[in-house]
Amino acid sequence: MRYMALIYNTEDGEPNPEVFEAYGAFTQEMVAKGIFVSGDALQDSHTATCVSVRNGKTNLKDGPFAETKEQLGGYYILECANLDEAIECAAKIPGAANGTIEVRPVLAL
Amino acid sequence: MTRFGAPDEVLAHIYRKDASGVLSVLISQLRDFDLAEDALHDAIAQAVVAWRRTGPPRNGAAWLLTAARRRAIDRIRKSSRARDDATQRLLLAQLENQSQANEEDQPIPDERLRLIFTCCHPALSQEARVALTLRTLCGLSTQEIARAYLVSDATMSQRIVRAKAKIRDAAIPYEVPEGPAQAERLSSVLDVIYLIFNEGFAATEGESPTRADLCIEAIRLGRLLYQLKPHPESGGLLALMMLHDARRGARTDSFNEYIPISEQDRSLWNQELIAQGTQLLHFCLGQKRPAPFQIQAAISAVHSEAAHAEDTDWPQIAGLYRALEEATPSPVVTLNRAVAVAHAHGTAKGLALLETVAQDLDGYQPFYAAQAELLRRSGQLSEAATAYTRAIDLSTNTAERTFLIKKRSEITAQA
Repeated sequence: MRYMALIYNTEDGEPNPEVFEAYGAFTQEMVAKGIFVSGDALQDSHTATCVSVRNGKTNLKDGPFAETKEQLGGYYILECANLDEAIECAAKIPGAANGTIEVRPVLAL
Repeated sequence: MTRFGAPDEVLAHIYRKDASGVLSVLISQLRDFDLAEDALHDAIAQAVVAWRRTGPPRNGAAWLLTAARRRAIDRIRKSSRARDDATQRLLLAQLENQSQANEEDQPIPDERLRLIFTCCHPALSQEARVALTLRTLCGLSTQEIARAYLVSDATMSQRIVRAKAKIRDAAIPYEVPEGPAQAERLSSVLDVIYLIFNEGFAATEGESPTRADLCIEAIRLGRLLYQLKPHPESGGLLALMMLHDARRGARTDSFNEYIPISEQDRSLWNQELIAQGTQLLHFCLGQKRPAPFQIQAAISAVHSEAAHAEDTDWPQIAGLYRALEEATPSPVVTLNRAVAVAHAHGTAKGLALLETVAQDLDGYQPFYAAQAELLRRSGQLSEAATAYTRAIDLSTNTAERTFLIKKRSEITAQA
């Protein structure tokens, strides 16, 4: 079963090399275990634009969907046996140590 | 009449004794809570008719399991998913295989431990864990649970439906976790059982009988858990609930007013239950893995040993609260320790300890009730009256409130 791990963290300045390294190690571990499907880091939320279409008119809003302290900063798609395995993986994502990881099963179509 | 009794009686007995066991096996085989529940209800309806005609079978639980599985196969076949979905086809093949075996000759496996751990999975909200556990393991109806938790049937029904949907859709495994995760997950199970117990224990008898029944259900769950997985902390929780429940008859007077332990008529305590709880606790403590529920049970056991309130071994209770504070530091534990210290080593020492958590417990009703009592004992009557007023304003339980108002009027009369 596929799960998406959405990584929410505070955006405090320059990303440091240790964090990059930690993410690299986590990704390698997931690849080695055959769990990794995909994953990306996002640019800071000041680059976000919200798009909605109402009555045929496209509306734009500068900034992220919700103005919260912790912002979506990246994600992984992981192939796990069940929610317990997905939670175990999510707990190892470096961002879990200071932010929050939302784990959601991917809808199988 | 056979030696098993009338069929309907046997059925009622089987339902009380075995329904959760049969359900636990069905969920394991069907991997679907709703389908398992529906199939079991079908089978019970079938049994009511069949057993009247043929008399009850030798192994009623196995009969129900076999019948329920057949009904589940029918239900899966009828649904459109079975034709298009490879997983469903595989499941059907497995179920049909299981149906070939002659189960009536064998005891059915017990999957209730997996069911408990799944219902108490920490990925579900605490409210959902409680509701699902009462529904599937205790066999309470949604209406009964709604009444016990003072919410509408619709709210409770939605809570249970959502929990089952999350188990299915997020693939919460039907497993007892292994390795280091097990301790954390066991603690979630114990917390759910204790929550159910406390919900029942906090309610006074007249208020809502259904809520008092929650204590019985919680103790039953505690026994089941300890029987299936005899961990010392599971035993500690069971002993704690038994020791508390032993005092039920003495906790309220005939006007349904709350009576604190110091003023209870100890002849009303259930000595048999106290003996059982104490024996279990000693056995668990003997395994040298003390943890919060065992320590709390030990505190309750020390109270139970005293024939009169004055005989209470307060220094030992204060020491046990110190141990509990080390195991799970919290201002509420410190509050309880302060009360014990006041008894054991003087009111002034108790009040001083209480002061250390005053800020943390701002707005917490039991803090003001304890403070009022200690101030009253040390003769600071006007301060005591102020604390009683705070406690009364914050009280949500009628019996407790009446008790506090009585206490306050006693000291205002004195002053």
